[in-house]
Amino acid sequence: MLQSKTFVKKTKAGRVQKVVREHYLRDDIPCGAASCSTCGAVEHPLSADAAAILVVDTNVVLHQIDLLENPAIDDVVLLSVVLDEVKNKNLAVFNRIKALCSNKARRFFVFTNEHHRDTYVKEMVGESPNDRNDRAIRVATRWYQSHLGENVKVLLITNDRDNKRKATEEGINAETVESYVRSLAQPGLLDLVVVSTSGDVTMEDVEDLRPSKKKVIYNEHKPMSEITAGLRCGIYHQGKLRVNRYNPFEAYVGSESIGDEIVIRGRSNMNRAFDGDIVAVELLPQDQWHESKSFIADDDEDEEDDVHLAPNNADDAPRKANPTQSTVTSSADSVSSRPVGLVVGVIKRNWNSYCGSLEPMPMPAGSGGVAHALFVSKDRRIPKIRIQTRQLGNLLDKRIIVAVDSWDVLSRYPSGHYVVLIENDINTRPFSTQVLACLPPLPWTLSPEDLANPNRQDLRHVRVFSVDPPGCRDIDDALHCTPLPNGNFEVGVHGSNKYAKCNFDLQWLWHIRSISIYTDIADVTNFVHPGTPLDEEAAQRGTSVYLVGQRIDMLPKPLTEDVCSLRADVERLAFSVIWEMTPHADIISTRYTKSVIKSCAAMSYVEAQARMDDSRLVDPLTVDLRNLNSLAKIMRHRRCERGALTLASAEVKFEIDSETHDPLDIGIYQIREANQMIEEFMLAANISVAEKILKHFPLCSLLRRHPSPTKEMLEPLLRTASSVGLNLDVSSSKALAESLDNAKAVYFCSGDLTFSEYYHYGLAASLYTHFTSPIRRYADVIVHRLLAAALDIAKLPPLFQDGPQLTGVADNLNYRHRNAQMASRASVELHTHIYFKTRPTDTEARIVKIKANGFIVFVPKFGIEGPIYLTPKGDKGGDWVVDEVHQRITKPGTSISYAVLQTVMIHMEVVEPQPHRPKLQLTLI
Amino acid sequence: MEYVNPLTGFRVDGRRPNEMRQLKAEVGVVARADGSALFEMGNTRVIAAVYGPREVQNKGQQVNSKEALVRCEYRMADFSTGDRRRKPKGDRRSTEISLVIRQTMEASILTHLMPHSQIDIFVQVLQADGGTRSACINAATLALADAGIPMRDIVTSCSSGYLCSTPLLDLNYIEDSAGGPDVTVGILAKMDKVTLLQMDAKLPMDTFETVMELAIEGCKAIANYIREVLLENTKRLECQRG
Repeated sequence: MLQSKTFVKKTKAGRVQKVVREHYLRDDIPCGAASCSTCGAVEHPLSADAAAILVVDTNVVLHQIDLLENPAIDDVVLLSVVLDEVKNKNLAVFNRIKALCSNKARRFFVFTNEHHRDTYVKEMVGESPNDRNDRAIRVATRWYQSHLGENVKVLLITNDRDNKRKATEEGINAETVESYVRSLAQPGLLDLVVVSTSGDVTMEDVEDLRPSKKKVIYNEHKPMSEITAGLRCGIYHQGKLRVNRYNPFEAYVGSESIGDEIVIRGRSNMNRAFDGDIVAVELLPQDQWHESKSFIADDDEDEEDDVHLAPNNADDAPRKANPTQSTVTSSADSVSSRPVGLVVGVIKRNWNSYCGSLEPMPMPAGSGGVAHALFVSKDRRIPKIRIQTRQLGNLLDKRIIVAVDSWDVLSRYPSGHYVVLIENDINTRPFSTQVLACLPPLPWTLSPEDLANPNRQDLRHVRVFSVDPPGCRDIDDALHCTPLPNGNFEVGVHGSNKYAKCNFDLQWLWHIRSISIYTDIADVTNFVHPGTPLDEEAAQRGTSVYLVGQRIDMLPKPLTEDVCSLRADVERLAFSVIWEMTPHADIISTRYTKSVIKSCAAMSYVEAQARMDDSRLVDPLTVDLRNLNSLAKIMRHRRCERGALTLASAEVKFEIDSETHDPLDIGIYQIREANQMIEEFMLAANISVAEKILKHFPLCSLLRRHPSPTKEMLEPLLRTASSVGLNLDVSSSKALAESLDNAKAVYFCSGDLTFSEYYHYGLAASLYTHFTSPIRRYADVIVHRLLAAALDIAKLPPLFQDGPQLTGVADNLNYRHRNAQMASRASVELHTHIYFKTRPTDTEARIVKIKANGFIVFVPKFGIEGPIYLTPKGDKGGDWVVDEVHQRITKPGTSISYAVLQTVMIHMEVVEPQPHRPKLQLTLI
Repeated sequence: MEYVNPLTGFRVDGRRPNEMRQLKAEVGVVARADGSALFEMGNTRVIAAVYGPREVQNKGQQVNSKEALVRCEYRMADFSTGDRRRKPKGDRRSTEISLVIRQTMEASILTHLMPHSQIDIFVQVLQADGGTRSACINAATLALADAGIPMRDIVTSCSSGYLCSTPLLDLNYIEDSAGGPDVTVGILAKMDKVTLLQMDAKLPMDTFETVMELAIEGCKAIANYIREVLLENTKRLECQRG
């Protein structure tokens, strides 16, 4: 059965080395067809009555992945040679095709042709690897045809002209993607087909684009060899391109070789690079560094917006204000230090799918024909994208998603095709049946086995309660506080998904909670077992996403709102952290246990606050609340003394019309003492748990860290502070929060970093993790499992033995977390627009940052930040003089001047300069 | 890196997780020695030569004159790895493996039948591709048998590992250097006794058991093969004698 064949490979690792690896060829690899009787059965065979079995070429997978994902395409054989090539060329596509292959609903079969005795192909002398792979694909196709016999049609799908020709010569059925899709006669599918570029088959007959008449708009990218050589000798500089969010014609490239950011001005200098691409940049001669003519002149795209005014955002936070003509004239030498460059090549593309709408255009004559349209992304950093569609009528005035395919030197805009996807990569689909099958039978009640479990403490007699935002249904944590005879307190934090006092045993979620102040956290791990579809789904989703008036759950509703939710007056399983604390909030002992709790009250923050404030109330619950509050105050004070930041980031709250879902009122979310009290105990529980798990699993704990911000990041804040005599107030701590935005808190695996790097700057804690919200964050689920293993209650799931895999999980969580935040922000923005659309408002605002042609204001009432322009569009702010040191902008010859932190009156309204791209405009009154 | 393809279940070199590399053995390759053997597991190739039983050369080394003294020397040829480097003799790794092989073989040799004598086992790695110590033990067994030294049972050895949440049999160099756990087991095949067990990473108890079980399966398969080789060799000798 084993046939050994060794092949020789040369690799370059500094020096030339001969690598010899074994390569076994076998004869027991199944072909995967249901109709085949000679091969062994496989789990998900290709269907027996398929019209044709498709073998796809590498370029088809790479470029037509959107098409392959469409359910109309099925019975596809993917050769391992194709998968390997795809993996080397584009990991994102590889992951998508991998998901397709493991999707049980689709019939995609992976055939290991490289290890099959009859389909293995040895490289011939003088043959390029590409040609060899193409030949391997043809050999495998032919093998399939002869293996399955004449009654099954095997079709090679390729867009490579050469490959197709050779295949036909060898007597293989071969077709291009387009002709195949056309034969399916589903017009909608054709939109998904990426129009092939010049090198491939279809172009030659379609349009022989009179190349002489085409104008070359962009410079050719330098070949890769030249770029690497240039990088090595320091002519070029490598870095990630970031387009200014407020001015799509300006971009920055952070370059390590220079140690500064290189400014790229204008589309032609950006040379077809997208935001997020890794590019090679060549510096312009120093005398062109302030020249900003290229800036607007090169593009006829209607420049409806300001060029310079950028709010306090990540794009320019770490450095000085943009050099502009006005500043150049006033302080010529101080700002000229930023290097300016142009992109000579793109090292790695960051092409994604983008959400937006089509530019309005008249319907072309014959509907149903192919129409060319320009797509305008919602994200201004993305240029317009040209697409071809056959269903223009359907797409006009709709939010659509478009993927970028190519951008050649001849065209002003990149070309792409229309797809349907989910923005921010958030999974909103309902849970699958496999996932739902993992749920415990409903209605769920406490079983005697749970009570009999020696690892589970019965805390039903304890007065546990929860405090949450009003209307909260996924309560994952609860508290209790019992005075002990010795004058100390027992405080418990009981975890489920939010603050509540039910102990939940969610077998597959996690358990946290206990303090003699108990913190009870819903025992989600009791219900979410590792390795089940439910667990995999939750790990994929990573977090629940909170939108205005809506929530996208990580776990199915029965778990989040019932079984795991620590609601009042029901018995629930929980994971408790129990501290014994002195009245001075010193922790004497910490205990962790799984528990059964019965919450006596699920309060909102307002209710809890009202109880504490009402001096007439002396019932035990209120006394508990007051005790907790006084402890929390001490803890908070201590934390602040250690240097923790308290950032008043403005969270906006909407009141939503239940009928129309339109916002009725908008305001800043109020933080009460009760919020801070709960927060304090949750922080304490998280820190205690972090210590415990790190002690037991120094190499595989999932922790959370927040890197200290660098001096540069805080510089804008310090400048603001010094201009007003170091007097930080609400808006400036917001600025601090914004500066800190650059150094985001992230999850990590403890084995990957050294202890000193574990520090959480924002909380001033040397160790931190997430334990208190297992219903809505997967990180907490992992931490619950770790804690359970640390307590010897459960075994450590195998995942934790695999360092790289755990790091992968942490990376996914960070990614999902960031996306969830962006989605929440986008949701808030949308609702803000809806609100102000019908209600233009005059209000007070505070200046937070001075710019060359205006300033950024913060509206405390609504928690909104936005730019105000002092000069008309296109004008570079020549009339105004900026005083960098004092953060002041003045108009020479008049007494009008604006300084940072000054209060101004503004008018807010929604305008729509471009269709489907509404924006909130602020004007000074 | 994916050491086991999640879609097809094949390893990088085309084996299934529970498959060994191809085995090849040849007995009597060094004419001068009393017994010798060449053993290959895939690209790992080792040669073993046995001298003895003979008179103890250095009496100082003899601990117990009623039993034979077993000595073992393990060396890797300079050309056995990709980069050709002169390695010092007696480095820590070689010393450790020499010791491991000696102890494993001692457990099977009936030393009490050969008092006042010494047995020298020399093993040389000609080509290294993971699992050298297992291959050395297997080669030494064959060489000892070829030399006609009385043994309790055939000692065989095989390694197994745990990568991508899958127990893998007989790791090659790429899999070995992945950093996962590497369990080397040596057994007395018929007596079903373990004479060697080494592991250089952490592994939870229940996983460890399945991984070790797999290695033992591998050892047994090797034992069958070695038995076949020896049988054939004996038949050949018989024919030669006429």
